[in-house]
Amino acid sequence: MKKYLLTGCEAGAEASIHAGCKFYAGYPITPQNRFPEYMSKRLPEEGGVFIQAESEISAINMVFGASVCGFRALTSSSSPGISLKQEGISYLCGCELPAVIINMNRGGPGLGDVTPSQSDYFQATRGGGHGDYRTIVYAPWTVQELYDLTYLAFDISDKYRNPVLILADGIIAQMMESIKFKRRKKRLPEKKWALTGCKGREPNSIKSLFLTPGVLERHNWRLYKKYQKIEAKEVKYEEYFCQDAEFLIVSFGTCARISYESVKILRKKGKKIGLFRPITLWPFPYKQLEKTMGKMKKIFVIEMNLGQMIDDVKIVNRKNLPIYFYGRPGGGVPTSEEISRFIQLYLVGERR
Amino acid sequence: MEVIYKKPESLKDEVTTYCPGCGHGIIHRLIGEVIDELEIREKTIGVAPVGCAVLAYNFFNFDVTESAHGRAPAVATGIKRLLPDRIVFTYQGDGDLAAIGTGEIIHAAARGENITVIFVNNAVYGMTKGQMAPTTLPGMKTTTTIEGRNIKIHGYPLKVCELLSQIDGVFYLERTAIDSVQSIIKTKSAIKKAFQNQIENKGFSLIEILSPCPVNWKMTPVQSLNYIKEVMSKYFVPGVYKNKGGE
Ligand SMILES: Cc1ncc(C[n+]2csc(CCOP(=O)(O)OP(=O)(O)O)c2C)c(N)n1
Repeated sequence: MKKYLLTGCEAGAEASIHAGCKFYAGYPITPQNRFPEYMSKRLPEEGGVFIQAESEISAINMVFGASVCGFRALTSSSSPGISLKQEGISYLCGCELPAVIINMNRGGPGLGDVTPSQSDYFQATRGGGHGDYRTIVYAPWTVQELYDLTYLAFDISDKYRNPVLILADGIIAQMMESIKFKRRKKRLPEKKWALTGCKGREPNSIKSLFLTPGVLERHNWRLYKKYQKIEAKEVKYEEYFCQDAEFLIVSFGTCARISYESVKILRKKGKKIGLFRPITLWPFPYKQLEKTMGKMKKIFVIEMNLGQMIDDVKIVNRKNLPIYFYGRPGGGVPTSEEISRFIQLYLVGERR
Repeated sequence: MEVIYKKPESLKDEVTTYCPGCGHGIIHRLIGEVIDELEIREKTIGVAPVGCAVLAYNFFNFDVTESAHGRAPAVATGIKRLLPDRIVFTYQGDGDLAAIGTGEIIHAAARGENITVIFVNNAVYGMTKGQMAPTTLPGMKTTTTIEGRNIKIHGYPLKVCELLSQIDGVFYLERTAIDSVQSIIKTKSAIKKAFQNQIENKGFSLIEILSPCPVNWKMTPVQSLNYIKEVMSKYFVPGVYKNKGGE
């Protein structure tokens, strides 16, 4: 099968085109400028619409409009721009509109820097906007997986009528890897709720305002049931070297990829260590992680931030295992040796 | 017996949620009549604002979506670009269009989006009960300018038609009022023109309508109409501000 050498931005763009995306709006921000640049050429070639918006606020609302009339739509940005999109994401959730949003996470807070980071974990998984809502969050660790998850995100987003977030980072955005493409989607799901003009039917409306007492509460409960279904059905994770492991690294995205190398280094030294990698950050693989942690003696959480996903690990730490955190904030990227050295400090005194 | 006056098909049979003397109801009706006359009801998509008219989908008998406060022109852009043969309009108040949504309206205009904008200027924030708007007149009392708008402190009102007339992407701009039967008829023909422009792919058209808000102006409906005529129309002068089609 043919392979293509692409950056993460280009791979995400191709994935969306192959998934039937017909609309992209965005605003330049490093480290994902290649995304709008690439889309500005590719999307019109495919009969789609590309717009460089005047702001990320406008971009997400253009995507809102595209979604309102039933088209698959995408926006991408990096951390400060994703902050501006939060209002729009809240409205997408309230109105139950599908959309895919890609965050090539860079260091913060504020303007921060343009280097890779995982500092938007809380924002992505807890909802950076207002209201009781959830967004599905995928965290790829390779360019191929960014492609695969973006391709999948459009289906999942349509299925649940809920926005899907891809949380990657500046490394995945800019790194080139060879990847395989999937089949182009030909038949897309029908959207009877879409606004297309009311020819031959009653008018449709899209809204998130429910003023009649009790109606918003019912709406929230209905959303809750949907979120429960997503939690039951859409969890994704992977485990490596966990079969005989006594120690466990929990890490996602780029950091998991580096940690994977650390596991190999430590395994060579005879340490029985494994890696657990959440792929969906929401829904978080709580049950699966709890089960795996059941066999472990010590847990190591490695992130490119000051400790965010660790909160989710603590939630399932019923056995009160010691959890050690190693993080690099503000664009710091750990090496596999660095991580394995850190872990070894806490394995002193352990047999083997 | 011949029926000579009835509810347009483009309006639903709904109880109004607008206050007595409010201009929104009149403007809804004018839009309904125009859409009926142009026979575009089945291909029209409306974008409602955040403001008193947020419930527009309760009143309009065609497809309508809500949008976040001020973002209607961006939402309309997404819709119109993907469905260029549908008729897309936004309906926005002055807080929505000229304060929080200033960026969105200016750039939709600059891009020359082929959409119609109905801009209802009632000089206050109606829905939140009467605070200063970007169009509040100098000296006008609101709940956040209880001594009256002081330009030294609160700055000047924004004249949207004058502002947008400088933008190359704009095709048609007209300011009207609804303070008399005559001006209501004029407003209707302006609205019709703005929709016709879109049907003919002419580009961005905006109609600014000076509209009464008696409850928040603390006036009777009749006093409000006089206020539009005597005061508001002097500051926001009605007229055609841009017409790329000549005439
Ligand atoms: C982001 C945001 N800020 C503030 C509000 C509160 N709010 C609702 S309507 C409104 C002003 C509406 O005034 P205008 O646009 O003039 O329309 P009118 O109600 O007068 O028709 C405000 C500030 C909101 N809903 N969302």
